[in-house]
Amino acid sequence: MNFLSRENGLLSWLLTGDHKRIAILYLISITFFFFIGGALAGLIRLELLTPQSDLMASDTYNKVFTMHGIVMIFLFLVPSVPATLGNFFIPMMIGAKDLALPKINLLSWYLYVVGGILVIYTMVAGGVDTGWTFTTPLSTHYVNTNVMSTGMAIFIAGFSSIFTGLNFIVTIHKMRCPGMTWFRLPLFVWANYAASILMVLGTPVLAITIVLVALERKVGIGVFDPTKGGDPLLFQHLFWFYSHPAVYIMILPGMGVISETISTFSRKRVFGYTAVAFSSVAIAVFGFFVWAHHMFIMGISNYSMLVFSLLTMLVAVPSAIKIFNWTFTLYKGSITFETPMLYSFGFMGLFTIGGLTGVFLGTSGTDIHLTETYFIVAHFHFVMVGGMLMAFLAGIHFWWPKMTGRMYPEKISQLAAVVTFIGFNLTFFPQFILGTLGMPRRYAAYPPEFQILNVFSTAGATILGVGYLLPVIYLVWSLKYGEIAGNNPWQATGLEWQTQSPPLTENFVITPIMDHEAYDYDWLENQGVKEVASVG
Amino acid sequence: MSDSPAVMHAETADSHHEHPAYQRHHFESVAQQFDATNFAMWLFLLTEVMFFGGLFTAYLIMRNWYYPAFVEASHQLNIGWGTANTGVLILSSFTMAMGVYNAHMRRKSGLVLCLILTFILGLGFLGIKSIEYTEKYEKHHIPGFHYSMSSFLNPASDPEVHNSYPDDKPLGLDMARHTELYFFLYFAMTGMHALHMIIGIAILGYLIVRAQAGDFTTGHITYIENFGLYWHFVDIIWIFLFPLLYLISRH
Repeated sequence: MNFLSRENGLLSWLLTGDHKRIAILYLISITFFFFIGGALAGLIRLELLTPQSDLMASDTYNKVFTMHGIVMIFLFLVPSVPATLGNFFIPMMIGAKDLALPKINLLSWYLYVVGGILVIYTMVAGGVDTGWTFTTPLSTHYVNTNVMSTGMAIFIAGFSSIFTGLNFIVTIHKMRCPGMTWFRLPLFVWANYAASILMVLGTPVLAITIVLVALERKVGIGVFDPTKGGDPLLFQHLFWFYSHPAVYIMILPGMGVISETISTFSRKRVFGYTAVAFSSVAIAVFGFFVWAHHMFIMGISNYSMLVFSLLTMLVAVPSAIKIFNWTFTLYKGSITFETPMLYSFGFMGLFTIGGLTGVFLGTSGTDIHLTETYFIVAHFHFVMVGGMLMAFLAGIHFWWPKMTGRMYPEKISQLAAVVTFIGFNLTFFPQFILGTLGMPRRYAAYPPEFQILNVFSTAGATILGVGYLLPVIYLVWSLKYGEIAGNNPWQATGLEWQTQSPPLTENFVITPIMDHEAYDYDWLENQGVKEVASVG
Repeated sequence: MSDSPAVMHAETADSHHEHPAYQRHHFESVAQQFDATNFAMWLFLLTEVMFFGGLFTAYLIMRNWYYPAFVEASHQLNIGWGTANTGVLILSSFTMAMGVYNAHMRRKSGLVLCLILTFILGLGFLGIKSIEYTEKYEKHHIPGFHYSMSSFLNPASDPEVHNSYPDDKPLGLDMARHTELYFFLYFAMTGMHALHMIIGIAILGYLIVRAQAGDFTTGHITYIENFGLYWHFVDIIWIFLFPLLYLISRH
């Protein structure tokens, strides 16, 4: 008897209040959209194989990269770790039976689905070509593509994210089991808590910005319209006030996953637990004060540039604290190289490169040279794909035995991790070079001297595609043929590992009592001795 | 092996009988349920603050840039209706607070009466708002829809407002055009507020039916409390809108 077998039938899933079932609904839907976004990326890379625009016309290319961005950001990266792994494991990690608001949790999945359907409608109806940033007055006055339906999709999907964040904050504050103090929480919970703050405070600003863009499109006048005295720069401020923190919404939960895997597979408490916990909160707080570094070439004053440049450097500090502390966790640990750990190593290397190039871009002088080139594209793909997607895959493999009760096949998944790493570097590293050489982003055609690096990049994308398809195949296979996992295959310390796999609908038979620190491997070993003693 | 936890679960399930029916299964106690949902409502209101914050930012920036246009455009608002509406809303907040009090005291008829009064006052607010919107429509002050600047280019052509504000100078064409931005923001802000009122009134209708059935006078005050918070919040948004749109720089 477990949460999967308790009830059957489609309705028992579509009307469920169980956070674990909702997490699985999310997992299926975001995987679907990930592959749609991936297919669009494939089209982009195929077009860029040759210098001429031959596979598609320029305006089609504009639509393809716009839809790629919208699908990947709003329908995959933002909900990826929080809505699946966070939804599934936050209540279990804090010893609760469910999230505080199960109906709101289900509602947020439905909102996500409605947003997703609207995005598909947009694609079928001919797409949108503003770029995912909806730059005004392009989006309000000049394009005739489906801005309204896309805006509505993002507005609705945004509320899905608000409700998820709100639910997490309430749950983490009010649903912790006895003895689960703030500094005994797993770092995954801290990271999701920080991301939730960003979701709750940032997303409503995006919502009102979209409303204003929609009004301006319908009425023909608005606060962003320069011909009537409005200010397009105001749109940039409001948009990036959400969309910069949004990159931390995307990366923070991934950092939470890495804290769990690094500790588990080096069998050591995370070095500097408190520093890592607070660095998540620091990223959330600083993250709200750096948005104008997206606007250095948009005519903000030199003094603003100076301040936002400085603040951008500051936000690198808590990220570095995490990387250093994870490295110290590895020091003298007994490290093993299971798949989640391989992905975690991938994360640490690639995120470091992505983060450091972010400092280049935060320097206003360098930014003016590099912005709107492939350097930017490479930078955020190192953070989002090399960082977040690696972390997502690390988390999926790490918790797969708990979610399904079955092990994934280890050898082939290690191979997939290595293939992904190689494919990723081959795809995106050449783009750093292309960017410094001056190849602009968002064009279907480019000068012939850039072709060789673009061929590398397209070849890498093909390998990367294989790396992402493999897990889908073997994870589905493992549902039926995988080894039975047992309750705690990794000998990890989190409360989620101390209950059965897959868990009961109510997670725990009796409410657990937390009587030790997080990542206390001595406690776990003594626990084993005690169980043996009581059975004997 | 997999059966034993389920059996133990069935045993522990007995202890749930002592809880009131409205306690959701995943909470340990009624107090935890109330705390969690109440906290969630406050957080939701925080997101609403951020939502309206975008509009307030836009309004304050534009007001600073186009001060003369915004001042003269604000003279077009009917301060009498605005004041009346503020009174109606504050009164509705009072009846709502009395409703929460009655729910705590478990007085059904008092609760239902208070909710109905709040419902009526909410509708009253929307009624007055629609009168004001009609005035704007008649004077062609709806942005993007046959918008007319004549009241600002030539204040004498609008005797009603001109008599109350004889000092208003004619605006130059460039500045007068910015009055359209004022009305854009006026409709965006009061419209968004009115939308929140409409949603609130719809929820009130549902709560009245449930209250009449006696659902909220058995100690289950969560819905009433949390809806009360929402209603007061919508009220407070108006308390900021009223001075910003109607009152400041009146003289």
